[in-house]
Amino acid sequence: MKKDYWNKPSMDLWERLYIFEIIRGLCITGAVFFGNMWKWITFRKGALTAYYPEELRADYSSANRGRHILTQRENGQIQCVSCNMCATVCPAYCIEIQSAAPLDDPFHPKAPDRFEIDYSRCIFCGFCVEACPEDAIRMSKDTPDFPGFDRDKMWATQDLLMNWQPNRDPAKRYPGAGQALQEVHP
Amino acid sequence: MIQDLVIYIVFMGYAIAFMVGIATIFTWVERKQSAIMADRIGANRCYLRIPFTNVKIVAWGLIHGIADGSKMLLKENFTPHTYDRFCYNLAPWLTCAPVLIVFSVIPFGGSLIPGKLLDPISFPRVSQFLVDHYGTKSYIMQVAHLDAGILVVLAISGIGILGTMLAGWSSNNKFSLMGGARAASQMISYEVSMGLTLISLVVTYGTLDLNDMVIWQSGMIFNILPAWGIILQPLAFILFLTAAIAENKRVPFDLPECESELVSGYFTEYTAMKMGLFMLGEFIEIVVVSSLLVTIFLGGYNLPYLTDLGFVLPFGKTIALSHLTVVILQICTFLVKVFLTGCFQIQIRWSVPRFRYDQLMRFGWKFLLPLAALNLVATACMRWFSLKG
Repeated sequence: MKKDYWNKPSMDLWERLYIFEIIRGLCITGAVFFGNMWKWITFRKGALTAYYPEELRADYSSANRGRHILTQRENGQIQCVSCNMCATVCPAYCIEIQSAAPLDDPFHPKAPDRFEIDYSRCIFCGFCVEACPEDAIRMSKDTPDFPGFDRDKMWATQDLLMNWQPNRDPAKRYPGAGQALQEVHP
Repeated sequence: MIQDLVIYIVFMGYAIAFMVGIATIFTWVERKQSAIMADRIGANRCYLRIPFTNVKIVAWGLIHGIADGSKMLLKENFTPHTYDRFCYNLAPWLTCAPVLIVFSVIPFGGSLIPGKLLDPISFPRVSQFLVDHYGTKSYIMQVAHLDAGILVVLAISGIGILGTMLAGWSSNNKFSLMGGARAASQMISYEVSMGLTLISLVVTYGTLDLNDMVIWQSGMIFNILPAWGIILQPLAFILFLTAAIAENKRVPFDLPECESELVSGYFTEYTAMKMGLFMLGEFIEIVVVSSLLVTIFLGGYNLPYLTDLGFVLPFGKTIALSHLTVVILQICTFLVKVFLTGCFQIQIRWSVPRFRYDQLMRFGWKFLLPLAALNLVATACMRWFSLKG
């Protein structure tokens, strides 16, 4: 004995005749085809696909964790103090920092010489942004645009990270040179 | 004698170029049409780079046909250990060659009179040469002019079944065997209703000759409508289209090669160009089926109101055209009709869901066959009454 299901499909005579439903289906697909074709013929885009990498999607959320930005101070110097927190917290170990000692700036005697991110390994978790005490690294909504055949070419250099979307940090004001000297060494 | 040979070699060359060319274009059409239907862009990453420059020719993805062909030719020709060597190698040819042969009886243009082809005033020497050699001889644009053309079509397209059966049986694989068995039963059951449909058309036209059928269709109904088969026999058109798609083993009748159940069906064990022959055969079969549909139902190379002398419009107006223009117009008409019919088949392929195997058999034997038989009986009665007066 066959069990009867509550959602057992039932077809009336019209659907059972098959050919009319087929014609209806063909009309639906045909309408979509000719609609899209008309768009292509009139030099518009008749598809939802974005040509990656030539074309980037415009509809990413503003909260999307995409490519990193290294912020700058008001004078254009890099904000990062090369504390290595981001590199430590990074679960993918994709941040490499080489420090330098710019001793002519007494308030920031440590700054990165090379700050590079390997986008072939980055998992876009955003932990580096969370870990940063200086608000030196942020993530923008755009995706890293590094498709290619060579992994070695998927490293983002410090120049690129600072300059592809330059971001000053006006909220974090630093004392001017003479003023701070007085405070620190009264 | 030698003049006839030249003409027929030209016809043969045209027929082969026509089939293979349109089949290659149909691989592109199938990709692009499905893509546009589904709001996608479709295959467009293949390109030819002009040497020493960075200019890449994409040509809307047409280059993919070349890439497919060269891939098929260059792949490793892997063969399984346990296979029937002779039958295994014979099968792809047996499926591909009959399809090519079927086209030989299909007329792809009206009558060609080489002596009248060129204007004697503009091209005096060439025209004189043609008149000297051909006189007033007239050729029907068809590779083989057979009186029983439609029987040849049925007989030779039946050979294709043998190829799929052999492929399924000789590759010694259970998927292939299942696919071959399904292909054989499906093609044989749909061949029956296809034959019955064709007989009802033979009764309508009163001839077995495909060229005579096309000439019959150049007439008019009530002096306005062209007397095409689709207008006289709409049911037969639908039945023939269904049976032809089933013969072609494409969706919704692609059970012999359905990927979800049988990997690739009867050509699972074939690689490289042998598999390519099956695929090419499939696409050439679309062209051939479209040509058959066009010839039998859609007026062949006829444009409405176009005769051998020019347009004769229903309100007594006449536009005279030269012989060359008429020939080119007829060939182009046939090409465009075949192309559009093929596009329609591809549209069906991407719109209709697949049958289950028992549904397929039931549909063939319990639905199509009785309808075809009824259509035949009705046609025969009509014909009898009309002949009786």
